Amino acid sequence: MSEGIGASVKRKEDKKFLTGKGKYTDDINRPGQVYAHFVRSDVAHANIKSINTKAASQAAGVVAVYIGEDVAADGIGGPICGWVVPNRDGSATHEPPHPLLAQGKVRFVGDAIAVVIAESVEQAKSASELVEVDYEELPAVANLETASSGAEIHEGMKENRYFDWELGDEAATDKALQSAAKVVKLSVRNNRLIPNAMEPRSALAEYDDLGGSYTLHTTSQNPHLARLILAAFMFQIPESKLRVIAPDVGGGFGSKIYVYIEEAVCIWSSKKINRPVKWTADRTQSFLTDAHGRDHINNVQLALDESNKIIGLRVDTVCNLGSYLSAFAVAVPTYLHGTLLSGLYDIPTIYTNVKGMATTTAPVDAYRGAGRPEATYLLERTMDAAAREVGMDQAEFRRLNFIPKDAFPYQTAVALQYDTGDYEPNLDKAMEMIDYKSFEARRSEASKRGKYRGIGVSSYIEACGLAPSAVAGALGGRVGGWESASVRVDPTGTVTVFSGAHSHGQGHATTFSQIVSERLGIPNANVEFVHGDSDKTPFGMGTYGSRSLAVGGVALSKALDKVVEKSKKIAAHLMEASAEDVEFKDGKFTVAGTDKETAFGDVALAAYVPHNYPLETLEPGLEETAFYDPMNFTYPAGTHIAEVEVDPATGVVEIVDWAACDDFGNLINPMIVEGQVHGGIAQGIGQALLENAHYDENGQLLTASYMDYCMPRADDLPSFKVECTNTPCTHNDLGVKGCGEAGAIASPPALINAIINALSPLGVSDMSMPATPETVWRAIQNAQARAAE
Amino acid sequence: MYSTKIVKAENSSAAVQAIGSSKEGKILAGGMTLIPTLKQRLANPDCLIDISSCGLEGVEDKGSSVRIGAMTKHAAVAESSSVAKAIPALADLAGGIGDRQVRNRGTLGGSVANNDPAACYPSAVMALDGTVHTNKRDISADDFFKGMFETALEEDEVIESVSFKKPEKACYMKFPNPASRYAMVGVFVAKFSDGVRVAVTGAGEEGVFRHSDLESALSSNFSEEAVSGVEVSSDGLMSDIHASADYRANLIGEMTKRAVSS
Repeated sequence: MSEGIGASVKRKEDKKFLTGKGKYTDDINRPGQVYAHFVRSDVAHANIKSINTKAASQAAGVVAVYIGEDVAADGIGGPICGWVVPNRDGSATHEPPHPLLAQGKVRFVGDAIAVVIAESVEQAKSASELVEVDYEELPAVANLETASSGAEIHEGMKENRYFDWELGDEAATDKALQSAAKVVKLSVRNNRLIPNAMEPRSALAEYDDLGGSYTLHTTSQNPHLARLILAAFMFQIPESKLRVIAPDVGGGFGSKIYVYIEEAVCIWSSKKINRPVKWTADRTQSFLTDAHGRDHINNVQLALDESNKIIGLRVDTVCNLGSYLSAFAVAVPTYLHGTLLSGLYDIPTIYTNVKGMATTTAPVDAYRGAGRPEATYLLERTMDAAAREVGMDQAEFRRLNFIPKDAFPYQTAVALQYDTGDYEPNLDKAMEMIDYKSFEARRSEASKRGKYRGIGVSSYIEACGLAPSAVAGALGGRVGGWESASVRVDPTGTVTVFSGAHSHGQGHATTFSQIVSERLGIPNANVEFVHGDSDKTPFGMGTYGSRSLAVGGVALSKALDKVVEKSKKIAAHLMEASAEDVEFKDGKFTVAGTDKETAFGDVALAAYVPHNYPLETLEPGLEETAFYDPMNFTYPAGTHIAEVEVDPATGVVEIVDWAACDDFGNLINPMIVEGQVHGGIAQGIGQALLENAHYDENGQLLTASYMDYCMPRADDLPSFKVECTNTPCTHNDLGVKGCGEAGAIASPPALINAIINALSPLGVSDMSMPATPETVWRAIQNAQARAAE
Repeated sequence: MYSTKIVKAENSSAAVQAIGSSKEGKILAGGMTLIPTLKQRLANPDCLIDISSCGLEGVEDKGSSVRIGAMTKHAAVAESSSVAKAIPALADLAGGIGDRQVRNRGTLGGSVANNDPAACYPSAVMALDGTVHTNKRDISADDFFKGMFETALEEDEVIESVSFKKPEKACYMKFPNPASRYAMVGVFVAKFSDGVRVAVTGAGEEGVFRHSDLESALSSNFSEEAVSGVEVSSDGLMSDIHASADYRANLIGEMTKRAVSS
């Protein structure tokens, strides 16, 4: 059986993870290690009048206590913003400083004020309780709707607004709205989520005073990027003096892209006390301080002509970015959101304005999908409302407005150019999978049981494979979007891949091996995968935005091209043939028209034992590196259809069926793809039905534990039907598009549309997320009250 | 957690003695609430008194009632053939508490003594006209639960067992909080020859309570229709981020109907 591209081979890494043998940052210990614990603000917004650390400093086991002034005295900077946008008036994004430890002011519950370092975690925690902070409390700004009139959070920042950005043609869009036969208006809220990676964030920093260098083990999705930011921007030390290792990392979902203050404090203090310093978040700290996700309010206006074709779209958004501007906080609601507003649809003109607001809550940044779920949610909710208002079937209304198959490459009204796509087969397949045409019979049958049954469609597109560097740079990105890979062939023909991408659950060790196996004709088991160590792997941009395969996998493919090219030259020499005549297939080199052949292993051995080797024209050895910068984004797309039953007595929504048909281009490992789709849908269902980060008016996070923050569990989920179509990406060697975020992007609107569809006979036309039992019950009560009037 | 010491008591009087000689000693039963509280540094007892060796486990059929030892685990109650035979609703309730791990550590006595307003067991004790047997006395259910996390237990008192009267018919219907899976509303309906008792957990501002309107309606007509005729008031019900008092009132009616018709 093939182990190469397209084979559903079992994941190499699972034995380790499933038997608890993974080695995570917190599992690593260094001689002389001490433990950091942070004193955090328990108020949302306050000036700090004084901090008394005397008693804490004298407590048992305490090595050091530091506050913001100590950091400032050493000139250490805070985390930086990795992407900025221009404001509508031409001014720049407001980038307030984010100190490692509070400088006179705290801005959210969880903001770090001091760090206590002690011989044990418990000693550090006990001493932390002795740090006295005297606050002058200021009004919290916890509500996004009223944030612009709230108390000033950052000095000199007007109306608590980081930026006010626009994209598209406002005049043309407003004209379309004025001339439209029908304008569909909708206001939706994209609820705030807390990432909840299984492994909490952790950091272990060690200073080597002989070499003057640091080693940081940390929970990062992109160790090289962390190294660059920490060394060049925060510590201003030679980048080569900092090694960053992200060992096994237990999930990220975006929240481990960024450099956080805790990592920096560990690095800084490890030198000050010349001992390794470890910090690991407990679950409460994860809830309070991991960058949250989503939190938008979108006002949508969709213009239709007489034939129900879309002629324009306007979206006005305010989004909550929290107390400090996290690394990609600006990119998420702008270029990862505004550019996706055309969806799968042919929309002649689009305009969007996005206001990024500060509040006294945790920073908000990318979370699985990052901007694209928000775009898809508002668009697919609006498509559903529009179909209902014009009296068309929800699927057929979408079909009518799809970009036709022959229109690619398709230039949208919001900057992106879709290279390829074919959307109807996904819709048709998903409809067939869920037996769409017989739905009304199922609705009637359910109604006899006292249940309201509904069906909801969501057709989505995402831009993945972040990112073409020149495009990102032109749009305000401050980093490149390429990826790297090295292939080291050993003398015996086994291979090690060194990747700049980072696996924290995705299964790179398996999929990247499959690419090598396919191309070099060697068994999967002969390929090792090395990642996550800035000393071992070539510089890489890490893993987020469904980019590992679409960018990192393609870099690997290009490195393999180089290996094959050189191998052919060696094989030609060994077989006394011309390199142009050498063919390579299934691990064997042959010469066209002859019975000569030589195995890949023989070529590898010859490269390292070059006794019979063209040394005058060819270097010995067989190791190649490639960097790949994509030409364009990739555009996975598809349709998900959800079917639900609502119990009107309790408002409980049961998901009774789910069909997903996605186009991810070529698949390397269909089993892993299916798993990614399952996980993504589960997260989307979490957002649609269960999860909500709830701050009260005082800025206290009321959902700071699993007692109150509801994560999806297996019994909340149906059995998913997952299929794929395949229109290969046109601009990368593997024809791949990426699949990590699709499920989380597609699923929330499918589910909410299904609930609205179920309750539409009662007159329900809106439903907010999360659609908790009470939310649904109340919508039914209100609809019944309206009907009774 | 703060460091503390653990004393293993051999019987309940030794446990009480250990409490007396500590400054702020706490009885450790299953620890399903106490241990997380300690880990979060929300409590700092100088001593934990482990009563797992006090011989307080087991189920005994007493004819008109079932008596269950305070340290009997939820899983043991759920799997007990005598409970299943005498009061299947009680076995069901125990089998629906927490998850498998919780059911194999958590105890009847611990749950009743803690009187969490969202715990399941207090509703069974109340609806099944239970009696809490301590080292000092017998306390009727109606006198035992004194409000949220409050009971009639005194400092020197340890629950040894709880008796439940056998009903003609009973059912517990829980609407779980989606996050914690504690009861957002739990209704225990028990029909006796002399009337119906309805106890509600998860909903009351003062913890578990008996619903007298539902009881009188069901005592005269044990049917769903009788429940529909009762307007369940939201007065005195909890409102929080998970459910408003209104919604809880609706769920009380709905869960009662389901309990009656099951």
